[in-house]
Amino acid sequence: MIGIQYGLTSLIFLFFGFCLVMLMRWQLAYPEQPIPFIGSWFGESNAPGGIMLPEFYNQLGAMHGTIMVFLGIVPLAVGAFANYLVPLQVGAPDMAFPKLNMASYWVYFLGGIVMLSSFFLPGGAASSGWTSYAPLAVVASVGQTYWLFGMFLLITSSLLGAVNIIVTIIQLRAPGLTYFRLPFLVWAQLITSFLLLLAFPALEAAAVMQIMDRLAGTSFFMPSGLVVSGEVLKYTGGGSPVLWQHLFWFLAHPEVYVLILPAMGVVTEIIANNTRKPIWGYRGLVYASLFLGFMSFAVWAHHMFMTGMGTTISTFFQTTTMIISVPSIVIITTLFITLWGGSIRFNTPMLFALAFLPMFGIGGLTGLPLGLNATDIALHDTYYVIGHFHYVVAPGTIFALFAGIYFWFPKFTGRKMNEKLGKIHFVGSFICMNGIFFPMFLVGLAGVSRRLWDGGEQYAHAQGVFRYNETMSIFSWVLALFQLIFIFNLFYSMWKGKKSEENPWQSTTLEWATPTPPPHGNFEVTPTVYRGPYEYSVPGHPTDYLPQNQKV
Amino acid sequence: MSTEIIPYTIEEREDTGVNNAKLGIWLFLTSEVMLFGALFSTYIFLRVGTINWPVGSSFLSVPMAALNTVFLITSSITMVMAWLSLVDKNFSAYRKYMLLTILLGCAFLVVKYFEYTAKFEHNLYPSTNTFLGLYFTMTGLHVLHVIGGLIVNIYFLFPGSKMWESNPERFKNRIEIAGLYWHFVDLVWIFLFPVLYLL
Ligand code: HEM
Ligand SMILES: [Cu+2]
Repeated sequence: MIGIQYGLTSLIFLFFGFCLVMLMRWQLAYPEQPIPFIGSWFGESNAPGGIMLPEFYNQLGAMHGTIMVFLGIVPLAVGAFANYLVPLQVGAPDMAFPKLNMASYWVYFLGGIVMLSSFFLPGGAASSGWTSYAPLAVVASVGQTYWLFGMFLLITSSLLGAVNIIVTIIQLRAPGLTYFRLPFLVWAQLITSFLLLLAFPALEAAAVMQIMDRLAGTSFFMPSGLVVSGEVLKYTGGGSPVLWQHLFWFLAHPEVYVLILPAMGVVTEIIANNTRKPIWGYRGLVYASLFLGFMSFAVWAHHMFMTGMGTTISTFFQTTTMIISVPSIVIITTLFITLWGGSIRFNTPMLFALAFLPMFGIGGLTGLPLGLNATDIALHDTYYVIGHFHYVVAPGTIFALFAGIYFWFPKFTGRKMNEKLGKIHFVGSFICMNGIFFPMFLVGLAGVSRRLWDGGEQYAHAQGVFRYNETMSIFSWVLALFQLIFIFNLFYSMWKGKKSEENPWQSTTLEWATPTPPPHGNFEVTPTVYRGPYEYSVPGHPTDYLPQNQKV
Repeated sequence: MSTEIIPYTIEEREDTGVNNAKLGIWLFLTSEVMLFGALFSTYIFLRVGTINWPVGSSFLSVPMAALNTVFLITSSITMVMAWLSLVDKNFSAYRKYMLLTILLGCAFLVVKYFEYTAKFEHNLYPSTNTFLGLYFTMTGLHVLHVIGGLIVNIYFLFPGSKMWESNPERFKNRIEIAGLYWHFVDLVWIFLFPVLYLL
């Protein structure tokens, strides 16, 4: 139940975050032209005459990033999918701590309210980017304080959730369900939860210190002698803006794996199911993910090559970054090889899962030049970086999550989502996503900075690529239209969708071994597990799938 | 929301050797270690970047902090005694030791209050310099943890202790868990004291 609550709330936040960026895309495509139709909604202080002010643009940008990552993807990928599927897939009656589970949802919800309410403050919402770099963020308007308190709530919620997921997986596995019989999704959620548990406290500490800087006048992140708008600040100084970056990225690099690992888990389940084959190299997949999780704590400063932290440190982090690419490649190769020789069912979940592979591939490969010092000097803070991480998160993670929603919808509701609408949604989203993000590489390679309010209109070096802004914007608005189809399909199928059987995809894992909706305690009798998760097309078995709990 | 159907709430799982709550608190404490770890790292980062780092005792009162150290360590001992009393099924001894633990925690806060106000009277604020910023932030966060622990302990002394009648095994576990947290808070102080006051 709480999984569904998480899911719906986070989908709403995702859509809201998307709306913010659609507004920004107007300004980028048609700088200083009034926003059509709705321009007057934003008030004279944000968009006089419907023309977006730079200050408002910055608020939208900061809040887009924050909402997408912390209020959208993480709660959907971890909150919703782990909450709903982990107990079922490990054969548990519920999460280990049901009350804590409820608390973590409501704390998340409250964090969302705090974030959203900050738009109505004098000076508006936080406007220093989702990274809240000091000293800019320390001297920003009161919206930043709300951002910090909101983050505090979201971190608390994630920590509670992470403890709950780990305990559920370790303690509540059904009899016979050994670690190497766990579906890969469960492994992915386990590693993800450890990342949340160990990385988030660094941002918590950093947020406390930024709050102190803003409210108590300390100088943790404030250098000496800072002058803002011609006035010397009253801070005593002696602090370090780079310290903020270290603490932030110590969280935020593991955070990107929080965004991707559950997605990989979802994709693995769907690929095994729809190729009707065992995953090729399941153990390799698990070991690679463990290594990935471990290494993700040792690469954070590849976001900071341009801070002047020194060549020795840069070389160290460039090396670890190259090392961490290896397990990513292992994971994606494993999934590609699994496709080989399968009799693939091309249903909507599978289409999204298949699209994930090359999209994540593009995102990952474009990360390599960013991880190398010498090339990052040119690419840092350009649209190339935006292209890189959106490829992994948007057509990557979000596609995987769509796949998951289509795939487990019969489990959530007892009905199937409409296939035809699903396929239209897929094709449209696939084209539009690439239409938005591919040109970003070109724009970035031309050297256009990622934070320009006018999209580079005034910059000589941006002239050759400026016209792509319009292309990208149009694709983003068309993408929104295709999402309306998804929203319609979601609600239509909830009430009117075709009734589905108990195990509509002929799957092997435990979540399909219980009625829909699952009864009190999830299972009528505690299941016993006899084999691994992907026993498809077992020679000699009459059906092409052999459920984990079936005795032969 | 029925917890009674969830396995290993009270009894230990054979292959892991713990019950759910025990594993949960250890995980929570690892994340707390990371939280204070980040603050101690900040301390090092800022200190090595500063030319004249003050000696803690030039601003702070070592005797008061030493007294507080005694309070907290003693309270950790009484907390263990409270749990052991439950193991011996001696509820009145439990109440005595728990009360003592709470009083010692409160004594810590009273001393801290006098330390803070003494600073403010001398116009020493978090904004005065980086050292004091760190001092107030780190000890302040620790104080919040002490207060959190006190609230939990007070709950288990009064309303929460009804569980001793209905489910003594589970109540005993809860006190053990609360104890683990309390020892952690104690441990943080044992790091804070030398780092801030002596080095
Ligand atoms: C697979 C290998 C990967 C490598 C080598 C890599 C490398 C990098 C590097 C070096 C940067 C910093 C660029 C700069 O600011 O100059 C970066 C930025 C980023 N990466 Fe990756 N990355 C990889 C995968 C991922 C994945 C899987 C995700 C997320 C799911 C991700 C999300 C991000 C984000 C969000 C940023 C930008 C943060 C910001 O500045 O706002 N990356 N990546
Ligand atoms: Cu990174």
